[in-house]
Amino acid sequence: MSNNNKFKILTDGIIKNNPTFVLVLGMCPTLGTTTSAINGLGMGLATTFVLVLSNIFISLLAKYIPDKVRIPSYIVVIAAFVTVLQLIMQAYVPSLYATLGLFIPLIVVNCIVLGRAEAFASKNGAGASALDGLGSGLGFTLSLTVLGLLRELLGSGSAFGWKFISGDGILAFVLAPGAFIVLGYLMVIFRKLTVKTK
Amino acid sequence: MEYILIIISAVFVNNIVLSQFLGICPFLGVSKQVGTSIGMSAAVAFVMALATLVTYLLQYYVLVPLGIEFMQTLTFILVIAALVQMVEIILKKVSPALYQALGIFLPLITTNCAVLGVAIMVVTKEFTFGGATHMLNLGQSVVYAVASAIGFGLAMVLFAGIREQLELSSVPKSFKGVPIALVSAGILAMAFMGFSGLV
Repeated sequence: MSNNNKFKILTDGIIKNNPTFVLVLGMCPTLGTTTSAINGLGMGLATTFVLVLSNIFISLLAKYIPDKVRIPSYIVVIAAFVTVLQLIMQAYVPSLYATLGLFIPLIVVNCIVLGRAEAFASKNGAGASALDGLGSGLGFTLSLTVLGLLRELLGSGSAFGWKFISGDGILAFVLAPGAFIVLGYLMVIFRKLTVKTK
Repeated sequence: MEYILIIISAVFVNNIVLSQFLGICPFLGVSKQVGTSIGMSAAVAFVMALATLVTYLLQYYVLVPLGIEFMQTLTFILVIAALVQMVEIILKKVSPALYQALGIFLPLITTNCAVLGVAIMVVTKEFTFGGATHMLNLGQSVVYAVASAIGFGLAMVLFAGIREQLELSSVPKSFKGVPIALVSAGILAMAFMGFSGLV
């Protein structure tokens, strides 16, 4: 695999196949955890961790898994890594684990992870699959951080926890409706930008 | 009385889709027509009630006594996947008509995070309905699951109605498809915020 090819696998997940803005996968954590930039970043990195490891393992195991039980087997591999992640987060970042709450175990049913396993890792080598997982994970992290940052800016007038206006922001942006609306508008901006560069 | 509060809370106040962000994928994916969204919601209600019942029993009679609560995620998702398969097989034999109606939606439910989400929520979260804060018992958990599924159905059907209208209106090119759906969902969520404070 040439360096150019590696670079393409990595950047495909960030721009051309961006999980959030282009493929529209993994919407639940995208909307549910992005009340602030830090939470979005944390959720993105947690998903990246599971994506890279499950992609590597599934690419190594793909040859030995019978085709018929492929999906349940992938889910078991993914669930195992999510459990590892839960234990690590409980030990080292308990406050982030408490904020993200339910959405950490729900990485198991995140369509991005299963989607990359089925579409890429089951057909490619471990190295390429790791890069693919990293690319998609970073694309997801980037989208969540931007979405979280915007909601935090509008909703509470701060960025990464650093408050620069006194008083409150527009509360609706931190609550549920803001999540849908900001993501909708971000998707439009992303579409405009990527169509121009093509 | 508490059961009524649970139902109102799960259907309107803490609507699973519009305020807890669970089950967004089917909400955006399957809600293009009112008919299909009713089918999907019925299948989800059925599986969610069954899955919550089984995982609740597993949590308190297997995982907790053995001290292996960390296996929760792995066990629950396996149970849900097996349950969906089983429901599919049984339905095919017992009621081919219902299978015809729900058939295509069943496999999709394994990866519907609302099912796993509710199953985990009822055994880990403490709820307050009117009185003191407490963990839910078996009956309350199943009622909560069914009510959540009704809330899911309500959001799906309302949204499908909106989207049928959206198809007919002229939308700016960049907004076509998902973005306009998200913005409309935001407005629907805002309407549901009117219920907050009810319970």
